[in-house]
Amino acid sequence: MSDVAVIGFAEAPNVRSTDGTTNGVEMLVPIFREVFDQTGLTKSDIGFWCSGSSDYLAGRAFSFVSAVDAIGAFPPVMESHVEMDGAFALYEAWVKVLTGEADIALAYGFGKSSAGDLRRVLALQLDPYLMAPLWPDSVSVAALQARLGLEQGIWTERAMAEVAVRSRAAAMSNARAQLSGQVSADELLAAPLLADPLRAHDCAPVTDGAAVVIIAAAERARELCERPAWISGFEHRIDSGQLGARDLTRSASATAAGTAAGAAGVDVAELHAPFTHQELILRDALGLAEPVLVSPSGGALAGNPLFAAGLARIGHAARQIISGAAGRALGHATSGPALQQNLVCVMEAR
Amino acid sequence: MTEPAAAPPSAPLSAPLSAPLEISFDYTRSLGPVLSQFMTGLAQRTIYGSRGVDGRVYAPPAEYDPVTFGPPADLVPVGPAGTVLTWSWQPEPREGQPLGRPFAWALIRLDGADTAMLHAVDAGSAALMSTGMRVRPRWAAERHGHICDIECFEPEADGPVLTGNGQQAASQSAGVPGMDGRPVTMMTTPVRLHYQHTASAEESRYLRALQAGKLTGQRCPACGKVYIPPRGACPVDGVPTATDVELPDTGIVTTFCVVNVPFHGQRIPSPYVAAQVLLDGADIAFQHLILGCEPDEVRMGMRVRAVWKPAAEWGTTAENISHFEPTGEPDAPYDSYARHL
Repeated sequence: MSDVAVIGFAEAPNVRSTDGTTNGVEMLVPIFREVFDQTGLTKSDIGFWCSGSSDYLAGRAFSFVSAVDAIGAFPPVMESHVEMDGAFALYEAWVKVLTGEADIALAYGFGKSSAGDLRRVLALQLDPYLMAPLWPDSVSVAALQARLGLEQGIWTERAMAEVAVRSRAAAMSNARAQLSGQVSADELLAAPLLADPLRAHDCAPVTDGAAVVIIAAAERARELCERPAWISGFEHRIDSGQLGARDLTRSASATAAGTAAGAAGVDVAELHAPFTHQELILRDALGLAEPVLVSPSGGALAGNPLFAAGLARIGHAARQIISGAAGRALGHATSGPALQQNLVCVMEAR
Repeated sequence: MTEPAAAPPSAPLSAPLSAPLEISFDYTRSLGPVLSQFMTGLAQRTIYGSRGVDGRVYAPPAEYDPVTFGPPADLVPVGPAGTVLTWSWQPEPREGQPLGRPFAWALIRLDGADTAMLHAVDAGSAALMSTGMRVRPRWAAERHGHICDIECFEPEADGPVLTGNGQQAASQSAGVPGMDGRPVTMMTTPVRLHYQHTASAEESRYLRALQAGKLTGQRCPACGKVYIPPRGACPVDGVPTATDVELPDTGIVTTFCVVNVPFHGQRIPSPYVAAQVLLDGADIAFQHLILGCEPDEVRMGMRVRAVWKPAAEWGTTAENISHFEPTGEPDAPYDSYARHL
């Protein structure tokens, strides 16, 4: 088995809506150029490509096929796709490099969330027999989870607002973030309820975006990057799809993925928490206490491009190591309702 | 790796064309043994849960035992009343949701169950909702063996059990699925989604040129290949195609098929020919119709010309060209188009 490291990352500007198509080409072409400039690679160096995106977001069948134009897929390339966040595409790419089938692999994720009514589209990820026919929208489902913790005294509305305050302040150093700025918890708590008990600041914005991460096997990684972010653990776990059959105030799958990936002892963690209370659940599930720096990019609350936001968290965590700011970092991605699926990628300097 | 200072600049574009896109589809799913019994029960105003080997009662039922992953033992009736464990307020109901007026979503633990089910509660206002409140199902007047057979839940304090029509619940069973001894085995869920579909900047230029009766492709700056319709990025080089190239409305048939099979929405009587047409000067063929000759006269390499609809009917669509027809010129030699097959 080969050691594998993240050596490059780029993300498109996180914006409320783009003029581009749902196939993502307009967002992907510039960030592929950016990540190739960073690493000195060209498309012919990439041995395996893997993307994450969703036809439900695009409203078209096989929408990811057109995105392949952005990678220049002629002559043919070795390519794959997951109908999940690009973080899960990165997992597939990591396995390809581990098994020696490629030296260098590139994972990307993209989503034009603004093309449809995102809250309704996400209802279709629920159990198709018992829940999806009722069209419970994504914010309402998260609100059920938030109230459980509020009424059991596990978190407070103020603690949730403080998560948003911290996210927006951190995002001021992230030029690609959608939401940033100095706000106070009092200001946020004065806003009306969006979906009782959630306010707008508790929910990630609707975001169009894309992200790309390049990984390389040991020798190539050292050649191409001064301080590669070596992947020391990469795990994902899933909880029951039945919302009423698990304890929504905790995330057993995040704990299991974090334990298996070696989350203990990280300096920094980039969390994919699309709702404020979910950051609190994840901090607890992954054992992230002071002085661990959480989501210095601003996290998903500062921009949540579906199918790219999780991959971007891993990219931002890797950037902390590559830049020398951290020695050990964790990137997290979630998928499904109320943190149903969780992926943890732990990286370290060596 | 360095922090990006700002978003990379993008070229100014005239606004791309966009149009509403509505997708609807009736998903028809088989239920399997456990959900078949559950849905059949709903049609009969009974809610079933499953008893796990751990002694817990799961409602809605677990299709596989959460501990052993084996099939669950017999299902047991639960509720139908229950207790709200958590709720959220839906101030503006969305298309397809159980109620057209503001309502609550709730996880409801039905009496006798250990887990909770998701449904709507018709409480009138958020002020009347609380965790711990007692609710009971309001049954739809017509039931088919579907989760929507429960119209919603309502506060138990609201008086006698009402059906969806506001009539006193009766034990009337004639015509109800499952009551004739046949279980419900399938369920249909209509899905309708609305999008705003946007053409790329390159596609928009192509479509606007079509409206003016012109065929405009784009050339890749790296390899020089000409794509029509333009694609946004050259699939060989992965770079944006930047230069517009006006193409003639003549070309050749590279390959074709004779359509003999009738299908829903067919506009031309079969048999007819759908072909890949390679315009002169283009490096990629597109599909169009070949009319104006017998289907068995169409051949690879045949020279064809576009037949345009009257200019008054032109829009931003490839349908401005009604079809292609033979020009009568000699066929193109095979080697001239072999690489396009």
